[in-house]
Amino acid sequence: MIPTSFDYARATSLDDAIAKLGAGGSAKLLAGGHSLIPLMKLRLSEPTTLIDIARIPGLSGITEKDGKIQIGAATTHHAVATSSLLADKCPALAETAATIGDPQVRNRGTIGGSLAHADPAADYPAILVALDAEIHIKGKGGWRAVKASDFFQGLFTVDLQPEEIIAGVQVKPQKGAAYAKLHQRASHFAIVGVGASLEVSGGTISAARVGLTGASTHAIRLAAVEAALAGKPLSDATIAAAAAVAGDGLDDLNSDIHASADYRRQMIKVFTKRALDVARARA
Amino acid sequence: MATSPVLPKLVGSRVKRREDPRLIQGKGTYVDDVKIVGMQHLAFKRSDVAHGRIVSIDTTAAEAMEGVEAVFTGKQIAEFVKPMPIGTPFPSPEHRVVAVDVVRFAGEPVAVVVAKDRYLARDAADAITVQYDTLPAVVDPEAALAGKPTVIHEKFANNVAIGPIPGGTGVAPDGSKVDDSAIDAAFKNAEIVISQRMMNQRLAPSAMEPRGVVAHYEAGKGTMTIWSSTQNPHILRTFIAMMNGMGENEVRAIAPEVGGGFGAKINIYAEEYVVAGLSKRLEMPLKWIEDRSEAFVATIHGRDILGYVDLAAKRDGTVLGLKLRLIADIGAYNMLLTAAIPTLTMLMANATYAFPAIRVTLTEVFTNKTPTDAYRGAGRPEATYFVERAMDMLAKELEMDPADLRRKNFIPKDQFPFQTHMGAVYDSGDYEKALDKALETANWAQMKKDRDKARAEGRLVGLGLSMYVEVCGIGPSASLPTGGWEHAQVTIERDGRITAMTGASPHGQGNETTFAQMLADQFSVPFEHITILHGDTGVVKQGIGTFGSRSQAVGGAALHMAGGKVKSKMAKFAAALLEAHEDDLVFENGRISVKGAPAKGKSFAEVASYAYIPVPLPPGLEPGLSDEAFFEPSNNTYPFGCHISMLEIDRQTGEPTLLRLVAVDDAGNLINPLIVEGQIHGGLAQGIGQAMIEEVVYNEDGQLLTGSFMDYAMPRAIDFPRFELEKTVTPTPVNPLGAKGCGEAGTLGSTPSIVSAAVDALSEFGVKHIDMMLRPEKLWRIIQGGQA
Repeated sequence: MIPTSFDYARATSLDDAIAKLGAGGSAKLLAGGHSLIPLMKLRLSEPTTLIDIARIPGLSGITEKDGKIQIGAATTHHAVATSSLLADKCPALAETAATIGDPQVRNRGTIGGSLAHADPAADYPAILVALDAEIHIKGKGGWRAVKASDFFQGLFTVDLQPEEIIAGVQVKPQKGAAYAKLHQRASHFAIVGVGASLEVSGGTISAARVGLTGASTHAIRLAAVEAALAGKPLSDATIAAAAAVAGDGLDDLNSDIHASADYRRQMIKVFTKRALDVARARA
Repeated sequence: MATSPVLPKLVGSRVKRREDPRLIQGKGTYVDDVKIVGMQHLAFKRSDVAHGRIVSIDTTAAEAMEGVEAVFTGKQIAEFVKPMPIGTPFPSPEHRVVAVDVVRFAGEPVAVVVAKDRYLARDAADAITVQYDTLPAVVDPEAALAGKPTVIHEKFANNVAIGPIPGGTGVAPDGSKVDDSAIDAAFKNAEIVISQRMMNQRLAPSAMEPRGVVAHYEAGKGTMTIWSSTQNPHILRTFIAMMNGMGENEVRAIAPEVGGGFGAKINIYAEEYVVAGLSKRLEMPLKWIEDRSEAFVATIHGRDILGYVDLAAKRDGTVLGLKLRLIADIGAYNMLLTAAIPTLTMLMANATYAFPAIRVTLTEVFTNKTPTDAYRGAGRPEATYFVERAMDMLAKELEMDPADLRRKNFIPKDQFPFQTHMGAVYDSGDYEKALDKALETANWAQMKKDRDKARAEGRLVGLGLSMYVEVCGIGPSASLPTGGWEHAQVTIERDGRITAMTGASPHGQGNETTFAQMLADQFSVPFEHITILHGDTGVVKQGIGTFGSRSQAVGGAALHMAGGKVKSKMAKFAAALLEAHEDDLVFENGRISVKGAPAKGKSFAEVASYAYIPVPLPPGLEPGLSDEAFFEPSNNTYPFGCHISMLEIDRQTGEPTLLRLVAVDDAGNLINPLIVEGQIHGGLAQGIGQAMIEEVVYNEDGQLLTGSFMDYAMPRAIDFPRFELEKTVTPTPVNPLGAKGCGEAGTLGSTPSIVSAAVDALSEFGVKHIDMMLRPEKLWRIIQGGQA
């Protein structure tokens, strides 16, 4: 639990942070530190410099602009969980943040840090995929936006270049969404977590998005579930039929002391159903 | 006449812990807060294989680092630090403080670095390279015994550390004679036999503060001071002196604030001997602080006892006999009390029942794992678990209410003191009263209706009930190799304030509060005027320490006795001042006055002052007001109780949720019910943790898979319902306070009651027993199997 030695630098702006990232050595960005510091203490990560971005002005906070909700990268899980704006316009996101870890983790950990780290069992990825969130990234060349469903690429691997920073996340207001999770009792990460979003018009599901975390190397869309929902009448039968195909065909399911691949496969169905049921009630 | 405020009687009242303000404000001084000029830091290079021969150790890179004072391999350390002693009379293999030639568990130290700071020490330890010739790891205790297994210690064939030791009906106390006729008859006459293999799994104690040691050998004086996060500084002093060829009068051991022990800090560890030995050799102060990753492998584990249980009974529920075959997986080495812990499981196999015959056999086995030793409950939760789960299985088989089955087999209350088959003499008890109180508190009849209603709705809800009796207030000396007494000294200072020194070494038990309550009442002085000192052999002359739920029962009794001696002397001084007879005096509200004539009195402080400036000195008296006492109880105490659980299992996921937990505990007379409830809460948390979410897991190579809190679940508030506590009070006759001890009680009954509730919840699937922990997937598979 003793990290190797490192230098510390506090960035004053995104551009300053980007410049510091490019200054050589193996630099890492530090926000809440709740993924990075434990890895450093175990010496699984040995950066030579930590660039503290937690106090960059404007990098944290939740605001609504032009009908979109913007969440700064340095916004803590606690702030997301307790946001009245989100409770009103996008309750599933607040609800997801409330299930992360414990109060200490939620008070320090940040949404940008969680996304950049991309733990395979992290909670945010599933709901952000379901909400069709955009991740806003800044690098030397300027700004770009990536869809959450394209951002997560593999085990701890995301669409982010070494000299890029996640600046924030943008979601559309969406009431008809929910997150359901099987807690791992030690870490309170997700053994399986499912985010679901339903848009309904005139009793018919006009659009559906479902994201899965915890089950394999990275968060993914459950396309078969979405296909089983879209265009169908909103009914118990539709939901049950869609949940029944959740996870089918996935062949790289995680297996560990907490849950076998078999069990995870079944739990994907159970928690897909639970997320859909709540999303439906809210839609 | 000066009027004094009326002082409330404090014993028995809910006084808030005086320890808490400093601890919750971060104002406590722990081992890591101790800093000495010139102090250097230790780091250990630990084995990353579970079993292997050390082929080579290369320390050159570490030694070359600037700021590294010294590096020692196990061989080098062995030249000046003796093998580890143990505290039990059992045979034990040689155990080097730092491995020489062979490593026997992942995490065993192989080299030590001394450096100018902790970070550098750790860097240097990382720079040491060790080559191993890996040997097969022995992980499964039954496989360890069978056939021709890999042998961990040469002189212990088939990895048998101890045993099989027989105990129970027809066994001579020294084991020389074993007569099986009674137990054989019980099973011959049985109308029903319950047989089950049950695993009481390995746990990691996980105190909030990991261990730590600072040792300061002062060469000029030839003395050693050692600060350690320990439960028993006096025992530490004895062993440190012995290991370093010093007199006990040349060693001072200090336990500063200790952030939890749970039994794991009774043991004297290799790191304590190494830090002390190196401090003496290098003549410099040294510090080592355990980190959390180290704590998981280098601090002892608890439990890990396998039980084969057979219960013989008649169909009316009368139990005729119990057979219990125990296999304890003690890990790689014998530590201070390792070998003795499973013998407590034997001792308590009689439980709360008047079984006609019992046969227990115990085998302790070496494996390539972290050694086990005492962990909260230490052997008694295992005994309770095996017997109570078997009783529950019997009740189910007979379709009897589990409470009725217990009632039918209890030791009747008029038979105490009760001589058990296992050698214990239960001091006092009224088990039926505790059961009735629990049934009443839980509203058992309504609880059963609630369960049945939930079931009718398709929910998987179950109830579990467990009795327990444990052995606490550990003493007399015949039952503890270190001595089974406790010591106290009470001094009335010149200003009337009171300083008391206790050999108990509280680290969360709240004895600074409970002992001050006792003295405040004994002398009728303000609570705030009393200071309790502990945890320093330079201040407290003698002591044993805090473990086995003994501080109040044994340490409190010693304090009561010492207080009585001082009070009697103080009365003599007061009698001289007041020209009265000492027997006519009363101590009341900070004054000592003549009974029936309150005007004729002196303040407590005035009498104290007189005792130190005694002009004139009353004939036959020495100046001063200070005395001490050693209290040796005539027997252990045997607290008991009944815990009831209600649990629901999610039919779709297998996730268990504890809905209710009712705990009725009888710890004899209580000094402070608030503190007792806190102790019960903590015990319940760990008992529930064992049942539901805690489990140390190794893979087949002996690698620990639960080496952090990401994988080893520490119970949190969200894992519990609101506890429903009640008590019965059956004082013990073995000490003057009538107190029995309560520190471990919560871990006793809760665990089996929860597992029984889980089995009850899943009864529609035909399951009879579920091994802990209640992993959701395990429960889900039972549900799937039942539906298939």
